[in-house]
Amino acid sequence: MGLFALLVLVIFNFAFDLRVDNRAAVAPGALWVSFVFASMLGLGRTIAAEREKGSMDRLLLCPVDRKAIYLAKLLGNMLFIGVVEIVALPIFAALFNVPLLLGPLLPIVLLGTLGIAAVGTLFSAMAAATRARELLLPILVFPLIVPIVIAAVRATGTLMVPVSNEPPWLGLMVAFDVIFLSISMLTFQYIVEE
Amino acid sequence: MALAGQDTNVKRRDASGPGQAERFPIVSMVLLALTFIGMMISIWMIFLYAPTDAIEGDAQRIFYFHLPSAIIGMLSLGIVALGGIVYLWKKDERWDWVARAAAELGTVFLTFALITGSIWGRTTWGTWWTWDARLTTTLILWFIYIGYLMLRSYMGRTPASARAGAVLAIIGLIDVPIIYESVNWWRTLHPQAVLPLGSSPQLPLEMLLTLVVAFITFTLLFSFLMVQLYQLEKMQTLAQQLRASVE
Repeated sequence: MGLFALLVLVIFNFAFDLRVDNRAAVAPGALWVSFVFASMLGLGRTIAAEREKGSMDRLLLCPVDRKAIYLAKLLGNMLFIGVVEIVALPIFAALFNVPLLLGPLLPIVLLGTLGIAAVGTLFSAMAAATRARELLLPILVFPLIVPIVIAAVRATGTLMVPVSNEPPWLGLMVAFDVIFLSISMLTFQYIVEE
Repeated sequence: MALAGQDTNVKRRDASGPGQAERFPIVSMVLLALTFIGMMISIWMIFLYAPTDAIEGDAQRIFYFHLPSAIIGMLSLGIVALGGIVYLWKKDERWDWVARAAAELGTVFLTFALITGSIWGRTTWGTWWTWDARLTTTLILWFIYIGYLMLRSYMGRTPASARAGAVLAIIGLIDVPIIYESVNWWRTLHPQAVLPLGSSPQLPLEMLLTLVVAFITFTLLFSFLMVQLYQLEKMQTLAQQLRASVE
């Protein structure tokens, strides 16, 4: 996954022919596209092991709430994606020659990842029940995470080149995360139920 | 649809399930007749009664097809989500048939709206597409519909599929306003040839009347097709039950 994220960044470098004048416009997008793609790879494995080995029933037999299972899966996905991001961020800064403002970037990355993972964990449980798991997950998730992608890219861009009068992107991300975390927690039981 | 038969892993329901479906029930007949009459009146009104737009010319007449199909295509997601919510609550699969039928129809109406809108945009704005909030949201809504149909088709006709569809529809319905708002924020900063969309502030009475009639006609058409698709879902479920009982 980490290697995949790096490769996406390298491909972007070729695709957009990064120069000094367009770097600020392209770099945030390249960073988030690589994060989103890498997350999809990780998210696709959320329930896959359980489905393949047939341990889903045992997991569901655990005397815990379904919400706990969802949150645990979400946490696992967050950790996986987080590791990828920790690896990719410094290399991104080096390859694209942009200053890595880790302090202010941290909440953006965290909120963005949470949003992608909250929706992604739910839908990967859904897509895992089908044969076309790898295909279906991005098709279901990409349209739904559009607000998060827009907000994350814009917020990252604002960090690199400060723009006045920017809409509250962080607020949008918080709102998205809260809304979809709660709905996903509530509806997860309907998806794993046999 | 073609995949529906492949997954026979469906439980036998009670014998008190749907009996022999009526061949052509009275509701369908009435709706069909009304739709036909409405279409005739609409076509007459759109092409002969409504005045030609002073600026856009005859191209503006596509508006009477575009707006009703777009609105119905969007509201359809509400029906899908409503059907899903009631299904999760009552566990009655008839509500799932409603949701599924509405999703298929919504896709068709929204596709039609996107195509007509694109043609209209070409003649009026000189471009097939612009990343305006309304257009972008419609396109993403269309993707959500396609995702829904793909999911349902891959999962087959099972209760798990119905529950997954319901969850997707609920999340989609909540997401659409957020998508609209975020695209709006994103684009308001980059006003690139975004022209005011939709109708002019004051539509003349004739145009408004034509629009209302066209809207009613499209609603009738939607209802008629909805009843047909619902019956189709019913029969397909029945056919699958029978096939499962034979195997």
